[in-house]
Amino acid sequence: MSEKRIRVLVAKAGLDGHDRGAKVIAQALRDAGMEVIYTGLRQTPEQIVEAAIQEDVQVVGLSSLSGAHMQLFPPVVQLLREQGAVDVLVIGGGVIPMEDIPYLKEAGLSEIFTPGTSTEDIAKYIKDRV
Amino acid sequence: MFDYNVVKTLKIQKTEWDKMVRSRSDRFPQRKTEFKTDSNLPVEALYTPAEISGLSFDELGFPGEYPFTRGVQPTMYRGRLWTMRQYAGFGTAEETNERFKYLLEQGQTGLSVAFDLPTQIGYDSDHPLARGEVGKVGVVIDSLMDMELLFAGIPLDKVSTSMTINSPAAVILAMYIALAEKQGVAPEKLNGTIQNDILKEYVARGTYIFPPQPSMRLITDIFAYCAEKMPNWNTISISGYHIREAGSTAVQEIAFTLADGIAYVDAAVKVGLDVDEFAPRLSFFFNAHLNFFEEVAKFRAARRLWAKIMKERFGAKDPKSWMLRFHTQTAGSSLTAQQPDVNIMRVAFQALSAVLGGTQSLHTNSRDEALALPSQSSVLLALRTQQVIGYEIGVTDTVDPLGGSYYLEALTDSIEMGAADYIAKIDELGGAVAAIENGFMQREIQQSAYTYQRQIESAERIVIGVNKFLLDAEMPRDLLKVNPAVADSQVEKLKILQNSRDQRQVADALRSLRTVAQTSQNIMPALIGAVKAYATLGEICDILREVFGEYRQQVLL
Repeated sequence: MSEKRIRVLVAKAGLDGHDRGAKVIAQALRDAGMEVIYTGLRQTPEQIVEAAIQEDVQVVGLSSLSGAHMQLFPPVVQLLREQGAVDVLVIGGGVIPMEDIPYLKEAGLSEIFTPGTSTEDIAKYIKDRV
Repeated sequence: MFDYNVVKTLKIQKTEWDKMVRSRSDRFPQRKTEFKTDSNLPVEALYTPAEISGLSFDELGFPGEYPFTRGVQPTMYRGRLWTMRQYAGFGTAEETNERFKYLLEQGQTGLSVAFDLPTQIGYDSDHPLARGEVGKVGVVIDSLMDMELLFAGIPLDKVSTSMTINSPAAVILAMYIALAEKQGVAPEKLNGTIQNDILKEYVARGTYIFPPQPSMRLITDIFAYCAEKMPNWNTISISGYHIREAGSTAVQEIAFTLADGIAYVDAAVKVGLDVDEFAPRLSFFFNAHLNFFEEVAKFRAARRLWAKIMKERFGAKDPKSWMLRFHTQTAGSSLTAQQPDVNIMRVAFQALSAVLGGTQSLHTNSRDEALALPSQSSVLLALRTQQVIGYEIGVTDTVDPLGGSYYLEALTDSIEMGAADYIAKIDELGGAVAAIENGFMQREIQQSAYTYQRQIESAERIVIGVNKFLLDAEMPRDLLKVNPAVADSQVEKLKILQNSRDQRQVADALRSLRTVAQTSQNIMPALIGAVKAYATLGEICDILREVFGEYRQQVLL
């Protein structure tokens, strides 16, 4: 082991069942050399944070395509910070209107990737920051 | 179908022609070294009778006759156009009721209800897991009271209603029956469909509640109940749509859907139902994706393969049991957030493929669906797209107008064969339920989805606006926003209902539901009793969760 691999938690927040994007990104990040843990469906913000801390990840990738991102993404950042995980990079993706992005960034998400983003760009984004 | 000697000569001539084309390839190179469909089927430069020389006319048949390759009705759209049915639902029952009435005024011919996720997973709006999801991807239904508001002013004997509900399908159907009774409409007069397809929820869509076994029991209870009381009701819509949206190929879509269909028929036969009693009410739901001819061929292949399965494998005797009737929706996953007006064109071609494939009903997606739920003007444009196909361009004037195209017939054959191979493999694994439990279908789909994404990123697959013909600046749009106060007002409404109903009646109804759930008696009457007492969807599903247990997804990656 020359360098420690980046650890990423890919999480499906809320009741949304659209996991194609989350799984494709998980697989792409794995192919890009990262260690990826995928939560599966129906995770509450509390469960996501618990998994992130338990798995000691540097990055949490949140996915929602059901329109619940405004209610479900910010609490993940907040709970992570409350539990002292201040360095964990939180990013999000899904069907997210442009106008919601400023609010999410203000809430502590470092980037929101909308439909059409290439997985390479996401991998590069993570590598540049972790 | 063709004269043996003619084909023999043609094969020699075709070989010569291929040689000639290759010899000129230095001067006239082709755009790609290999041409393939989305299912990876090779596409040749030219099709002639030589490529379909093995096809007999029996494999095509006449429309309305076995094996239904050319369509399920003798006259198809010369008799009546398909049902134009836009999937709709958001916010409260009152808001969705307005959208329904608008669509009916605009010439839509059937309703299609989208429910929000808490409803689809059997939680009331005040459940902690409903946080952020109430009224978002569909309308919220907590109780019969919401159903009354949803269909206010819509006579249920005059409209056909499709409801995208799976795990709690029996509960929502019970509400629909109870609502009809209040309107004075008998169950046998009701027309419509419940999706009721749990297997694809485990594979691709995710709104499961109970484990496979009790879920299959709920489904066969519905089959039995409707066979007796609701002759015009489609008891299930066996869905490839979501399998395709999750990333499968066209061949996998057909294969996994029909394999799921086989599992439902098996389950119903096993509990003692006669196949011809329930099979005529089975219906299907497919995706219309981008690869135009492959999609048309897919619909035709699905019809032929299902007819053979029902006749040969299950020994069904009623021709109605052999017919694969289906709804189609255009491919949501093919829409782009970039240059969203381009989606209008994608949808039009996809819708045309569904019509040329002989669909019974159709939903056309709206241009803004990669961004949000569709706005009213976008939905109208999507509906108008169907109306242009139906009324202006003449494709509805003859049955199966592409039938006999050498390319299309060759593709229809290849898709049927590819799907039959998959079904044989699933049989070997012990059937669809086993193939889902061991993750076979999920892995196959995931692999296809990943390949598809890689092809986009390498620009081997062109997506206009994403990896070719990009615009520097995107136009802002007016998107539909679900009113964030919906959740609060709905929770308030739920509280009022729970405080004003006859509590004893609710408790009694839930108690008898529990008793019935523990036996093998048909569950429908007890569910109808519970919804009539205004027990909520969440209360009813909680009882069933206690008796049946909950499904735990196995996370595969």
